[in-house]
Amino acid sequence: MLLEVRDLTTAYQGLVAIHGISLDVKAGEIVAVAGANGAGKSTLLKTIAGAERSRSGTVTFDGRRIEGEPGHLITKAGIAYVPENRRLFPRLSVRDNLRLGSYLFRGKADREEPLTGVFKLFPRLEERLPQRAETLSGGEQQMLAISRALMTRPRLLMLDEPSQGIAPKLVDEIFDAVVAIREAGTTVLIVEQRLSEVLAIADRGYVLQTGRVVITGSAQEILDHTDVRKAYLGV
Amino acid sequence: MTAQIFLQIVASGLLMGLIYALIAVGLSLIFGLMDVVNFAHGEFMMLAMYAVFGAVVIIGIDPLMAMPLAVAALFVVGATAYLGVVQHAMRAKANIGMVQIFATFGLAVLIRGVSQFLFTSDYRNVPAERNLLGGKTIELGGVFLPLPQLVGAGISVLAFVGLWLLITRTDFGKALEATREDAGAVALVGIDKNRVFTLGWGLGASLVGLAGAILAIFYYIHPDVAAPFALIAYVTVALGGFGSVFGALVAGIMVGLAEALTATILPPALKSVGIYALYLGVLFIRPKGLFGSL
Repeated sequence: MLLEVRDLTTAYQGLVAIHGISLDVKAGEIVAVAGANGAGKSTLLKTIAGAERSRSGTVTFDGRRIEGEPGHLITKAGIAYVPENRRLFPRLSVRDNLRLGSYLFRGKADREEPLTGVFKLFPRLEERLPQRAETLSGGEQQMLAISRALMTRPRLLMLDEPSQGIAPKLVDEIFDAVVAIREAGTTVLIVEQRLSEVLAIADRGYVLQTGRVVITGSAQEILDHTDVRKAYLGV
Repeated sequence: MTAQIFLQIVASGLLMGLIYALIAVGLSLIFGLMDVVNFAHGEFMMLAMYAVFGAVVIIGIDPLMAMPLAVAALFVVGATAYLGVVQHAMRAKANIGMVQIFATFGLAVLIRGVSQFLFTSDYRNVPAERNLLGGKTIELGGVFLPLPQLVGAGISVLAFVGLWLLITRTDFGKALEATREDAGAVALVGIDKNRVFTLGWGLGASLVGLAGAILAIFYYIHPDVAAPFALIAYVTVALGGFGSVFGALVAGIMVGLAEALTATILPPALKSVGIYALYLGVLFIRPKGLFGSL
């Protein structure tokens, strides 16, 4: 098991945002976390990434307990996190944003090599290298955020609502990229509101409601679930 | 005004201006990095002056040789100030701006008080017999250039070039820029923001330490010596734009020129009037400073 979350509880500004969540991600999987606004999806990723402190429960990554560790050490351990608002460095160039992604590596080869993969994934970023990150469109910014995360050479990539606020045409491109990232050997944990689209590319999924896991199973099982069909797919 | 007097004003203003710029740049750097105004900035400079004085008197080296020592010592002082005081002040749950102001202001009072206790309030000078540059002046076409200021201005230019290279050409420079853009996001690429803040405070203090080491060559030393310089540094930073390194350089030179001009045309007691008039003038027209992005 690459990632094991057990009974994780996090309070956010005094309110319990996630309540005893358990979740597994195996190496090589795409695992989706779905649920309505306020279900605790983002808090779950934030807590795993070390941006939010858990109140109780454990997070084990590759056999090592990581809950409570600061964010930069979790990145170093091999978990890259793309938050909902992307958190690019807006006034730095696309090139500098990418270069900062490989900050943890020292050798030139180590730092340049992931770039090839990134440009193959998102060719348009290569054309934008000298531009400031803030001048990119929403979709391009999302591509850059994912690319910056990939530059850290993660074993697990966590994406929070990558489709949010970007043009429909680019949404497909992003989802295709997620599939390609997994093909290239990086495991993906993805939070999405677009349930049917994300389950089309995911192996397994978890549906959250008010901070708890209410449904879990293979992507197909979740799609077939009566409650899901009623609540999310409108059928 | 004759051409010679004009040239003298430009030369004196430029030399002192470059030193003012070096005093101010560390303050601007730290502010740009984390939005904290270091009210102990002047006290850092005073400590550097005593470090040079101590090295000259105790080890018996020339003040120029003592500069690297003062710079290294101030790096430690700056990093310690962050780790020991500022870091904790930033964890305040409410009124964080006020807490930061009082924390660094309190640090300033502490440093000054301890210095008065340890060094007494006596005015001191680096002993002339061990001061290669002290009191020497060269004349160039009727313009007098005091050697300590001339060398000090040269060192300041080198320091600015070095700082520029550090910021634009190194990974640490990129980490500094990324942290000033969004300190909460650097963990996403594996950077420890606390480490960047610590090094940033060390760097900012080193720069004002270098300035203090230059001043020690030609200025008297006592625990309150930094007050007028600190005031000029705040004006310089506000004028150049808070957080802007290039702004600190340009504003420092402008302040130096304004002072040299006022000192020539007004009675000596009023020599600072020009600085503050310039400051008010610029802030009326451009409140964020010349190169500020606030």
